[in-house]
Amino acid sequence: MNALVKDPQITWIDVGADTDIPRRGARRLKGPQGEIAIFRTGDGQVFALMDACPHKGGPLSQGIVHGASVTCPLHGRVIDLATGESLGADAGKGCAPVVPLEVREGRLFIGLART
Amino acid sequence: MTKQRLVVIGNGMAGCRAVEEVLRRDPDRYEITIFGTEPRVNYDRIMLSPVLAGEKAFADIVLNDEAWYQDHAITLHSGCAVTEIDRETRVVRASDGTQAAYDRLILATGSDPVRLPLPGADLAGVVTFRDLDDVEAMVAAADAGGEAVVIGGGLLGLEAAYGLARRGMRATVIHLMDVLMERQLDESAGFLLRSALTDRGVETVLGAQSEAILGEDGKVSGLQLKDGRIIPCSLLVMAVGIRPNTALAANCGLNVGRGVVVDDQMRTSDPDIFAIGECAEHRGIAYGLVAPIWEMCRTLADVLTGVENCAYGGSVLQTRLKVSGVDVFSAGRFSGGEGCEDVVFRDAGRGVYKRVVLEQGRVAGAVLFGDVIDGGWYFDLMKSQADVSDLRETLIFGQAVTEALRGVDPKSAVAAMADSQEICGCNGVCKGAITTAIAELGLTSLEDVRAHTKASASCGSCTPLVEKLLAVTLGDAFQAQTGPKPVCGCTHHGHEVVRKRIVSEGLKSIPAVMQALEWTTPEGCASCRPALNYYLICAWPGDYQDDKQSRFVNERVHANIQKDGTYSVVPRMWGGMTSPQELRAIADVADKFAIPAVKVTGGQRIDLLGVKKDDLPAVWADLNAAGMVSGHAYAKGLRTVKTCVGTDWCRFGTQDSTGLGVRLEKLMWGSWAPAKVKLAVSGCPRNCAEATCKDIGVVCVDSGFEIHIGGAAGLHIQGTQLLTKVASEDEAVWTICAITQLYREEGWYLERIYKWMARVGLETIRAQVEDLEGRKALYDRFAYSQRFSRTDPWAERVAGRHADEFNPLSRRLEFAPA
Repeated sequence: MNALVKDPQITWIDVGADTDIPRRGARRLKGPQGEIAIFRTGDGQVFALMDACPHKGGPLSQGIVHGASVTCPLHGRVIDLATGESLGADAGKGCAPVVPLEVREGRLFIGLART
Repeated sequence: MTKQRLVVIGNGMAGCRAVEEVLRRDPDRYEITIFGTEPRVNYDRIMLSPVLAGEKAFADIVLNDEAWYQDHAITLHSGCAVTEIDRETRVVRASDGTQAAYDRLILATGSDPVRLPLPGADLAGVVTFRDLDDVEAMVAAADAGGEAVVIGGGLLGLEAAYGLARRGMRATVIHLMDVLMERQLDESAGFLLRSALTDRGVETVLGAQSEAILGEDGKVSGLQLKDGRIIPCSLLVMAVGIRPNTALAANCGLNVGRGVVVDDQMRTSDPDIFAIGECAEHRGIAYGLVAPIWEMCRTLADVLTGVENCAYGGSVLQTRLKVSGVDVFSAGRFSGGEGCEDVVFRDAGRGVYKRVVLEQGRVAGAVLFGDVIDGGWYFDLMKSQADVSDLRETLIFGQAVTEALRGVDPKSAVAAMADSQEICGCNGVCKGAITTAIAELGLTSLEDVRAHTKASASCGSCTPLVEKLLAVTLGDAFQAQTGPKPVCGCTHHGHEVVRKRIVSEGLKSIPAVMQALEWTTPEGCASCRPALNYYLICAWPGDYQDDKQSRFVNERVHANIQKDGTYSVVPRMWGGMTSPQELRAIADVADKFAIPAVKVTGGQRIDLLGVKKDDLPAVWADLNAAGMVSGHAYAKGLRTVKTCVGTDWCRFGTQDSTGLGVRLEKLMWGSWAPAKVKLAVSGCPRNCAEATCKDIGVVCVDSGFEIHIGGAAGLHIQGTQLLTKVASEDEAVWTICAITQLYREEGWYLERIYKWMARVGLETIRAQVEDLEGRKALYDRFAYSQRFSRTDPWAERVAGRHADEFNPLSRRLEFAPA
């Protein structure tokens, strides 16, 4: 999907270029509801999650990105970047909320709900 | 009935194909006029690469010769650029005054190559790669020989570079990203492609940003990169992408985004005007490959000839690279998500890498290198969204194997094979030879079979068959997993094999190791990547480029992450010595950055706890200014050298333990190791520095220095064992560096010295460091490696290295409406 959803409840904010995120890495930004982590996989896809591991709130943005998942730096929980769900032995034990993210013409847009 | 007038702007592949499709459906419906800016007939643009490479001639790639236009009574205005569309009167006008009235108008204006606005971009010898004129310019330049630079490591750039290399130029590709063709390939395939291009005379420079094009006498002479490097060249090709040609459409008021916006019937915002090909934007996508163009043309022709309910629904893309002997295929997505699964096959012998991504039991994407025979099959499975759950086991081996085994239990299929059936094609080993060897020699593992029969010992493609033979012959006695514990789930090799082969095969990057050792995942995991990164640093000091994304956060950020996501900062205090000036600087930093906790560590240093990540560089800058460097309290590497006060102050001291500790730390700091390394030097056997529970400990005695190793006081508590005793301080230093180097070279990642010692034996270690030549060689290798390690990572980051690690991506959100 390449067009920003025309949803009056969502404000889309340009937060940078997709190349600002290192491959197999992440960048952080402050959102109104807490820190947001934007990840870029080795294959160049980008994902955004709230930057808090469902286990003990560890900053997922600081973990090692492998495939489409990230390993939390605090206790090694593996989180699916697309869904925020815990993987492997921790499957079903909570998830990091997904933040709406779209790429348009190489720019990253974060979707925030209007309140 | 008079014919309707159909005017096509664009005599390229899209325009002509659309006309062909219309004629095929209804040859008499339209009176057709085509405008083209190039002064020639329509040719196959995607075959320009082989023309450049000298593998085809222009005549070979002509799609429609002049006879075709005549036979179908098509009026062709070639070399004639349309400058205006008058939608009121429905007339198009060209620059030379030619005009044509239309009932239906097709825009097939294609795209222009993007020209980077670099200084010097207007020099002679700077070209793009788009049409025959470009190719002719490149061929003329190549005839003079010399060097060529191609900016852009995508499909087109690589084909251009290969063509120029074929014509005798030394070609270098400059690519902004770290992976060639990163839109189509993953890291593993990109690595193989890069090696294959190098073999064909094309050099590649990755992660390189162009700064300026240099010239002499108005002619290009080289390219300067941001990092200052200059690459000389007499020809520079820009192949950095295309931009849809939308000016004409925009000027007459049509809806234009990135391309001319069309609906599923290829109709623009004017119902009588259509757009197809690279100038069009459909559902937000402007395509740059040929397959979608053909699909658009078919839909458009249906629309123009009155077929009902026809719609173009967008295209699924596949890519093949046209470089002779380099087989690359890519289609679909290969970055997963929920329910995604990678199936990977590597064959190091044949240089093959295959990766198929499954999502909910369906093929979502595929990347193939070296063996692309099944690309079309995977592509069909992907397009049809067929459920391939049943084929999961054999899918990666391709269509032939899968269909041969369809519905057959693989084990019984193997059991039913004749004894004379050949299993290993490389070494000509039949089934009977293998089963006999298993039974008579009592073989139980794949390695055994390889050693005794050579089956599966070369290319490895028959490995699954041999494993099944083992299973069939041994029955329940067969355990697939034999031998040492694998590094992780991504490989069946243990640490020892991985380390040995990195050195013996000269493997110098993570993708190179993964390919040579046939990793079963595309890019490893959080366990194997840091291990491989360390092994490569250790094997190739000064040569291997550290991959920071393969490091655990603490080593990437050079501080210790804490439970709340803040960091702790521990400056180095050589041998545990500090000064009033250092203490003042630490106190000032703690005040200035409101650091909530300051604590003395067990390693005789001071820990600043609770530092915010954004503050790290500023904290380090202040500590640097007071002469302090990183204490590497976060490193799998040398941590502290704890000392007692020794002969300087202590009435019992037998040697200068503080001086030796400081000397060791100054020599060894910054060195990476399989796990943390803590040292201590005690000045007498009272052992105030607690040297006998460290990884390496020195206990000074009157007659010299006892060197102990293998202590631990953490999860396990264990005293050291005495390794050796030396008479002089120099010998103590040499021996300790030699032990450390031996451990660095032999230890498995995350294996502390005490575990390594238990595995290889104290005697083995002693023999190697008591042998003076061996000790010297180890010391020399350590010293060489340290030439690249003893730099303060904090100072580098204060100076701006990896700045994006510490800065938030954007501050805008803080001000955004909540």
